[in-house]
Amino acid sequence: MKDNKYYRDEVPENNPTFEVDRRDFVKLLGGGLFIYFQLGEFLTGVAAEAAQQRSLPKDYNAFLHISEDGTVTCLIGKIEMGQGIITSFPQMVADELDTPLESVKMVMGDTELCPYDAGTWGSLSTRSLGPALMAVIAEARGVLLNLGSENLGVAVEELAIENGVIFVKNKKNKKIGFGQLAQGKKIEKYLDVKPKAKDFSEYKIRGKSFTHADGIAKAKGEAQYTGDFRMPGMLYAKILRPPSHGATLVSADTSEAEKLEGISIARDKELVAVLHRDIEKAEAALAKVKAEYKFDEMKVDDQTVFKHMLEFPSEARVVKSTGDIATGKNSSNQILESEFHNSYVAHAAIEPHTALGFMEGDKVVVRASTQTPFGAQDGIARELGLGLDKVRVIAPFLGGGFGGKTMFRQAVEAARLTKLTGKPIMVLWTRKESFFYDNFRPGAVIKITSGTDKSGKISLWDYHEYFAGARGSDTIYDVPNAKTTSYSARNVHPFLTGAWRAPGNNTNTFARESQIEMMAAKIGADPLDFRLKNLKDERMIGVLKAVADLFGWTPAKSPSGRGYGIACGFDAGGYVAHMAEVKVDQKTGKIKVIRVACAEELGFCINPQGATIQLEGCITMGMGYALTEEVKFTGGDVHTTNFGNYQLPQFSWLPKIQTKILDKNEAPQGGGEPGIICMGGVLANAVYDACGARLYQLPMTPERVLEAIAKVK
Amino acid sequence: MVKQIKFELNGKKVEIPLEAGQSLLWALRNNFNLTGTKYGCGEDYCGACTVIMDGEAVRSCGITMEDVSGKKITTIEGMSVNGKLHPVQQAFVEHDALQCGFCTPGMIMNAYGLLLKTPHPTREQIIDGMEDNLCRCGAHTRILDAIESASKVLKI
Repeated sequence: MKDNKYYRDEVPENNPTFEVDRRDFVKLLGGGLFIYFQLGEFLTGVAAEAAQQRSLPKDYNAFLHISEDGTVTCLIGKIEMGQGIITSFPQMVADELDTPLESVKMVMGDTELCPYDAGTWGSLSTRSLGPALMAVIAEARGVLLNLGSENLGVAVEELAIENGVIFVKNKKNKKIGFGQLAQGKKIEKYLDVKPKAKDFSEYKIRGKSFTHADGIAKAKGEAQYTGDFRMPGMLYAKILRPPSHGATLVSADTSEAEKLEGISIARDKELVAVLHRDIEKAEAALAKVKAEYKFDEMKVDDQTVFKHMLEFPSEARVVKSTGDIATGKNSSNQILESEFHNSYVAHAAIEPHTALGFMEGDKVVVRASTQTPFGAQDGIARELGLGLDKVRVIAPFLGGGFGGKTMFRQAVEAARLTKLTGKPIMVLWTRKESFFYDNFRPGAVIKITSGTDKSGKISLWDYHEYFAGARGSDTIYDVPNAKTTSYSARNVHPFLTGAWRAPGNNTNTFARESQIEMMAAKIGADPLDFRLKNLKDERMIGVLKAVADLFGWTPAKSPSGRGYGIACGFDAGGYVAHMAEVKVDQKTGKIKVIRVACAEELGFCINPQGATIQLEGCITMGMGYALTEEVKFTGGDVHTTNFGNYQLPQFSWLPKIQTKILDKNEAPQGGGEPGIICMGGVLANAVYDACGARLYQLPMTPERVLEAIAKVK
Repeated sequence: MVKQIKFELNGKKVEIPLEAGQSLLWALRNNFNLTGTKYGCGEDYCGACTVIMDGEAVRSCGITMEDVSGKKITTIEGMSVNGKLHPVQQAFVEHDALQCGFCTPGMIMNAYGLLLKTPHPTREQIIDGMEDNLCRCGAHTRILDAIESASKVLKI
């Protein structure tokens, strides 16, 4: 082997072991008080389900560490990608534990330090991990009180806690701080009687607005993302990529690339990489690699794919069924049949997928921009035939995720290359690679047959969802005869698809809310009245009425020429209702969004400022999939390669945004996703109201708008 | 003999050997370890790599080091002085004008470039000047508000 070549052809034979032993936190975090728990007993609902993906370590889980200076470190397996849990989780921890907000430090997304977590997605952090964490902290608070009681020689009942200090209620100067209790201790005991987590009425820090905890670091350019880490001897890897999905490498000739100074070649089965300390030199060398491929592509493109989906053999699953469809048809006065299409869209986070792998003895360590550090750890261990104890994944700040970083291909690539070469390897995808390997939001077809009776009530709802994903497919309206059927199949798409911010729900809400508005128009009803008349869920009615107030809705039949639209929906535990105003240029087909109002109810809101920012982001980002974003492809050849042919929302698009977060003393829900689900529907309905043109496909490009206008004329 | 490229970086005179084809972006990130300037698209579309060159906001991914010779470059790291935030940075923090933060350095540098040229811009001028910097999280409204308020306190 030449010294600039690293080849591996053999697949390792030993099977990975997935047992994790107790790890030495003392070594990793320094001295202080460690509070261990069994996470399992605190897990409920969705989190418990997610956790089943891998057996949890039985003997420990540390959520909290209290250092001798009173710093409370909260360890969670979630990651921060802009959604703001680095701000809201310390609020929850400090409030529950009665310690100053400034004393809480978050350690996130490190498989070596943090308890197992299935991934940061589905708006689950607050609504699922939150309650488990609060139960743990309530117990930790109990442990601290017991320790305080021993130390001060006073019964627990006579003690109180404020600002991280335990004191005797009627003798405030008799006290001891968390930090002092922490000295030289390692606590692993359980309480027999589990204390209850605090009630809403006891919240002091939760429910108040805070600006981003990481704002200053990010504004200074000091916040470190994966690509910002440096290591001695680090090499950039540029990896040979196929021209299309469905292409298989037949041969690769790296001889010309090898002639370049400082270049080395790493080859591991199909993975061919050129390495150089300078990323641009590696890129130039990659261009000199000659490769041959054989092709086995699907014969489908972005135009024909909808027909392909309907013809593709799929499995039907009834999501929900009430009453009887035939009865519904008989009792309907008006029946409406529609078919909606939604295009493939990309996640397009501004930070491309990145990973830095390096060896620590016989352990592979990978820093990676991933929403699933533990999933990446599993994936790397499997690929390399290593035990989980030999793989550590750390997710630093992520430059956006939106579901696109639930995949971790780049982390596996970095791990393979670092294991092969023994050197620190940085894999930083180009924008083209980030589009090519993105797990796009799937294109989808929705077919709806619906009807209204003489009284203007919805009497029939027969809903068929093809490949969008079932989330949000069940009707939110009160219909006596309703059925929702979801169709799925493997390999229907020519490339990878997956979860995109509020998976399934953007497509389903677009179709449902378009259909509702069309039904209202058909019977000459005001679209707000029509919705209110057909809703039973008080929380949905609440957000609809709130947004009508905010927007200043006045009743009218659509199309009114005003360009007003409505849409409402439910996602990840949260209720949202949007109203929008648009102008449509009937000559060019261009849509200008004038304003968007949204009322959202997320149960108790931990950080109203953070939730508002998420909502503004959802509205702005959502304009993209509604108006311009569409992945173009022929077979496995993805034509979308950079922002020059994939149009994200820009500053000039900005409508006036009005938001209202409703207060409610109910379990807190996630706020990262609900606000985006209505954007397709609300804008499609506003376009219809402006000019009578009904758009059945997103995005509503000028060509599609002109086509729809021509149909009206 | 290897040619040296001399220029001023964040107020200090620096030099590095000329590497054919090296862009300002990667010189900053790898030769100077100034990683606040980000790679986002590599083709001038997103603006995550924006820096100031001789008083003007430029995309560092599209500028080769040959063209940096004798120039004055300011990066995000050169904005705060002795740990004190620059008024534009301060305004971004106060308005919470960021989410994931990856586009933020480029946004701040582009905004600074805009204010150097037009110290008291109208809302339309701000929109126009920021148009080609991309943010995926949707912090746009707050970014505009931040720049507007920075323009009121910044002395240029």
